[in-house]
Amino acid sequence: MSIVSGIADYFPFVVRKPPARFRTEDDRPVHGIMAEYDSAADVYHAAEQVRDAGYTKWDVYTPYPIHGMEHAMGVKRTFLPLVVAGGGFTGVGLGFLMQWWISGVDYPLMKQGKPYAAWEPFVMVSFELGILFAAFTALFGMLALNGLPRWHHPLMLKERFLRASDDRFIIVIEAEDKKFDPDATVKLLEDAGSSRVDLVEDE
Amino acid sequence: MSAINPDEQTAQQLAGLRPGAADRSKHADLGDGTLVEAPGERAPLVLNDRSAHDVTEIVCGYAENTPPKWWLPAFLIAASSTGLLGVGVLYLIITGVGVWGLNNQVNWAWDITNFVFWIGIGHAGTLISAILCLLKQKWRTAVNRSAEAMTIFAVTCAGIFPAIHVGRIWFIWFVFPIPNYNYIWPNFQSPLLWDVFAVSTYATVSGLFWYMGMIPDFATMRDRAILRLNASASAGEKKKLPDILRAYIFTLLAQGWRMSSRHWHRYEMAYLLLAGLATPLVLSVHSIVSFDFATSVVPGWHTTIFPPYFVAGAIFGGFAMVLLLLIPIRELYANFKDFLTLRHLENMSKILLATGMMVGFAYAMEFFIAWYGGNEYEWYVFINNRANPAMAPYWWAYWAMITCNVLSPQVFWFKKMRTNPLVIWLVALFVTIGMWFERFVIIVTSLHRAWLPATWHMFWPTWVDIGIFVGSIGLFLTLFLLFLRFVPVFPIAELKAVLPEADPHRGHGDHDEPGADVHGGGHGELSAPKGAH
Repeated sequence: MSIVSGIADYFPFVVRKPPARFRTEDDRPVHGIMAEYDSAADVYHAAEQVRDAGYTKWDVYTPYPIHGMEHAMGVKRTFLPLVVAGGGFTGVGLGFLMQWWISGVDYPLMKQGKPYAAWEPFVMVSFELGILFAAFTALFGMLALNGLPRWHHPLMLKERFLRASDDRFIIVIEAEDKKFDPDATVKLLEDAGSSRVDLVEDE
Repeated sequence: MSAINPDEQTAQQLAGLRPGAADRSKHADLGDGTLVEAPGERAPLVLNDRSAHDVTEIVCGYAENTPPKWWLPAFLIAASSTGLLGVGVLYLIITGVGVWGLNNQVNWAWDITNFVFWIGIGHAGTLISAILCLLKQKWRTAVNRSAEAMTIFAVTCAGIFPAIHVGRIWFIWFVFPIPNYNYIWPNFQSPLLWDVFAVSTYATVSGLFWYMGMIPDFATMRDRAILRLNASASAGEKKKLPDILRAYIFTLLAQGWRMSSRHWHRYEMAYLLLAGLATPLVLSVHSIVSFDFATSVVPGWHTTIFPPYFVAGAIFGGFAMVLLLLIPIRELYANFKDFLTLRHLENMSKILLATGMMVGFAYAMEFFIAWYGGNEYEWYVFINNRANPAMAPYWWAYWAMITCNVLSPQVFWFKKMRTNPLVIWLVALFVTIGMWFERFVIIVTSLHRAWLPATWHMFWPTWVDIGIFVGSIGLFLTLFLLFLRFVPVFPIAELKAVLPEADPHRGHGDHDEPGADVHGGGHGELSAPKGAH
């Protein structure tokens, strides 16, 4: 269900979003519940409580990365470094291959009696290409793993949510979460010290 | 969210009309309060008790409001001198490289001097940002964004020179391995080709690094524009065109960034990886630039010290350019003094002193090896071409280089000097001039009397040489002024993260398992700045 819904977020013409589990009184689908906190310390401790309550589809929105938040949320270490290493070695490999084929096979040119396909002069260009590929992988791999670019999101229609990029700390628990319950989830967030809890509608 | 001008905001805070003002005069002996020498006390990174919201208001405020009065005249002057670049390059392309002062003996002169000068400046930005990031130097937040911007603009200027110096610029695509009907490929054993790959990779990776750092700040700019549009819509006013444009452009550029902690986690990892990749890249690129010379057999170029010597020179010249740009900006935009403190300037002055001495050591070593190596041609280059005023026609260039690069930073042994912005700015100016002369000395003085005396020839620049160089400075300043006007000049998210309030364990004794063990140390260090006010 959540995979289909994820695909529907990006390719609505491929699959339709499954019907929402919860709807508001005026019959709009519910995206989730959003709770605001006043400080980094408050949101850190609230995140620990949400994590311990066993939620999985939730997130903390903060104006800057808070140190140790991944532990408070129980987020596993990303495998991005492996992807970047893959990108880097691909670049080095392609660099060597290109130079070896051009200089050694396709277009051997005598230069000061040096061997056509000596590996030593190829080091520099291969190194640069390795860095180039790794850097592209780091940026676009990060964006891809984050599901970006995504220029539209239900949260962005909430005016109060936009203040997360200024100085607000916000926890959102999505309605798709199996443990989501309109009353219990709100209570959890309020007990964790939220200064304000809002409903987030989809669309 | 108010559209209040940041300068007005500070004025109000100092007058007690807005919260957040701190007394600047309290610590007169500590400069602006950051020149703390007590080992147990950390200097505050951001002054005047700025809150996260203040940081947003100040940095975005300058990018959103009408620029100060000096901006437009400065921009017009810079942009018109860029016209010189256009005219010079056009004339050169139409006529040929003979319009420069080049001759048979000196076939590389200001073109490659300018190339190495700009690429050297371009190195410091990414290096400052990446190395300080890897070393967890939190004060990088004061300089990294503008240093990276400077890198991009300097590399843009640098890229022009090798492209136009080939003469027939319509063949420039031959430097890339593009399959073609002539059935020829570039020579991968040539350092000039390595240079093509090094510089273009460097430009690309610096661009990625700069852009990635700005994604969260673009999101902030986007959200502010959208909030303003919503506010004017609900007030029944007309939507303002600049805000409509900002909402569209920054929405695109921010890629839909929404400050999610799951995203931040990958973002921080990716940023660290990019910093780790950029550091060896910087070192490799300037080493490769030095191979252009070092792998040749021209006396004065054929030297193994060149790679480290060039890299040290690049850091030196780049830090000087950062100071040259940021000190005036700090004076012109008063609020930036809270983010770029005297201590930051002092740190950079110390780096100038250290790298200046490295460069001085390299000059001395070159000289020593020329003598100790027993190669009479190399020794001759140093005496007859460079150093001896009685023999070398370019002696003034050599001694200008020594004075500017080795002697002028020595004033930074004195704390009074390295905490005085005017002195720092003057030294930075000297160093920038000196670094240009360094490249001129290496290139022109080695070439003009190489080999047979019958072919010796002096080099003097023509108006085209001068116009293109001045024009490249104009281009650099034009781009930098645009950057100042439209883009957050400080990394907003990173600045907020070094505020004392950003520590989630501040004022709490309760630590939670893995995170607290690792990060508990942050407790003392982050609460210190509070006390320093």
